[in-house]
Amino acid sequence: MKAETLLAADGLEAGYGGVQVLWGVDIAVLERETVVLLGANGAGKTTLLKTLLGLVPAWRGAISFLGEDVTRWRTDRRVRRGLVYMSEMAVFAGMTIEENIGIGGQSLSRSALRRRTAELYDIFPALGERKRALAASLSGGQRKMLGIAKALAADPRLLIMDEPSSGLSPLFVKEVIHVLARFRARGLTLLIAEQNIKFLKLADRVYTLDGGRIGFAGTVAAMHENDALRRAYFGLR
Amino acid sequence: MPRLLRHTLLILLPLVAALALAPALYGNHLLLFNVIVFLTLAQGINIIYGFTGYLPFGYVGFFGAGAYGFALAVMHLHALPLVALAAGGLAALLLGVLLTPLLRLSGAYFSIANLAAALAVLQIVSNPALESVTKGPYGISLSGVFDPALAYGVALAILAATTFLVIWLRHSRFGMALQAIREDAISAAMAGIDVVRGRVVAWLLAALVAGLTGSVYAWYISVFYPETVFGGEITIFAIVFALFGGTATILGPILGVVILYGIYNAIGISAPQYFQLIYGLLIMGLVLFLPNGLASLLRRRGIDVP
Repeated sequence: MKAETLLAADGLEAGYGGVQVLWGVDIAVLERETVVLLGANGAGKTTLLKTLLGLVPAWRGAISFLGEDVTRWRTDRRVRRGLVYMSEMAVFAGMTIEENIGIGGQSLSRSALRRRTAELYDIFPALGERKRALAASLSGGQRKMLGIAKALAADPRLLIMDEPSSGLSPLFVKEVIHVLARFRARGLTLLIAEQNIKFLKLADRVYTLDGGRIGFAGTVAAMHENDALRRAYFGLR
Repeated sequence: MPRLLRHTLLILLPLVAALALAPALYGNHLLLFNVIVFLTLAQGINIIYGFTGYLPFGYVGFFGAGAYGFALAVMHLHALPLVALAAGGLAALLLGVLLTPLLRLSGAYFSIANLAAALAVLQIVSNPALESVTKGPYGISLSGVFDPALAYGVALAILAATTFLVIWLRHSRFGMALQAIREDAISAAMAGIDVVRGRVVAWLLAALVAGLTGSVYAWYISVFYPETVFGGEITIFAIVFALFGGTATILGPILGVVILYGIYNAIGISAPQYFQLIYGLLIMGLVLFLPNGLASLLRRRGIDVP
């Protein structure tokens, strides 16, 4: 059975003002797979994710999601279609944990949202214990957890994450990977931009982004066989 | 009991009952009417500022548009007051639609552009060249439809509907989505919230509230000048009352009006010579020490303000 293409970008170019960041990026994410996007700081990872989501307009090229051309869609419309972006910056600090999750899952029916929230508290007990606390009172790691919970509440078809490990202790990184693996096993499709190679454990396929262009595309095993990539990303001789 | 029902029974019902009975117990009916007007306008400010973060310095423009919409319908179309009331609301809505591009601006730019828009409407209405239409600067007299008792009742109904709208916003998903937009529009869009639609709906609701209030005000006083219904102090009062109590709550604007408008009238009667001084100091104190209103004072102590 061949998996369906969920998200595809074709010859994507984008940037800010007069500065071009992406130079013709082709990338595809298939249903139920986990794709990790590796790249150094400044390689254009965040810009690529933001362009896919519509937060940065595409200059040239096309983005399709679930078979529809979404290149000119506004962000909120893409999100409602199931293209969800996780960012701890997108947590509403002035609202409680429960309200944040409610906003994430606002497209669900009330009963579905209740079930979903209970399930998320089960996965993130630290959030469930303090559901009436303001998000502003959370630590960086907890806030990241809330960001993930809020994104998952939307029941995404594809969850996009920008460096979920940044600013987290190794223990927390392990926990994040554990949670993601759980959802991946249930069929969630993931696109994760990372520098932390621990996330490759989750990956079905890898893209490397270098200077706004895709360098390598293939499986983790194929990446290990490539000497140059191994040196660049794993630091091995 | 659902919170929507609880707050309707515990806040809206007593408020309306008190204001319905008050004219029988207190002789200054104009003062009571003005309390209703400011309660409604403060809740209107609450809808647009409390739930979306836009502070409309020209809010009175909708009030004036409503008053003139009412007056023109009565004068030129000989409309019945209740029909003219709808015309006033419609006039404010149209002005709101016309001004939706302002929502592209943020912060002080929005506030100032909105103020300019309200002044522009005043200039048009009071233009002597339009005397045959608006009576220009010479003012309006609607003695034919004068019926203060009925107008009072209608004003109370508008207040009840507006307060209910705020209660609904406080507990509905739409209201929650608006507050998310207020906190951070980009994050709200990333949560799938239609930011543009949310802002426009809140803006038009606030415009409609002020328009209907202006209409019923025109009906109640029946003789007025352009400056009466486009006066900047109407906006200032509504904003200060709403902010003093605390926006994005149901009770905040109500407390603001009861306390500040109460003090305003008390000083105005007992010490008119110090009135502006005392009131000015009060507002400065508010800005310095209670920028988020009385509600925040209670919230800091862990008390949830409805």
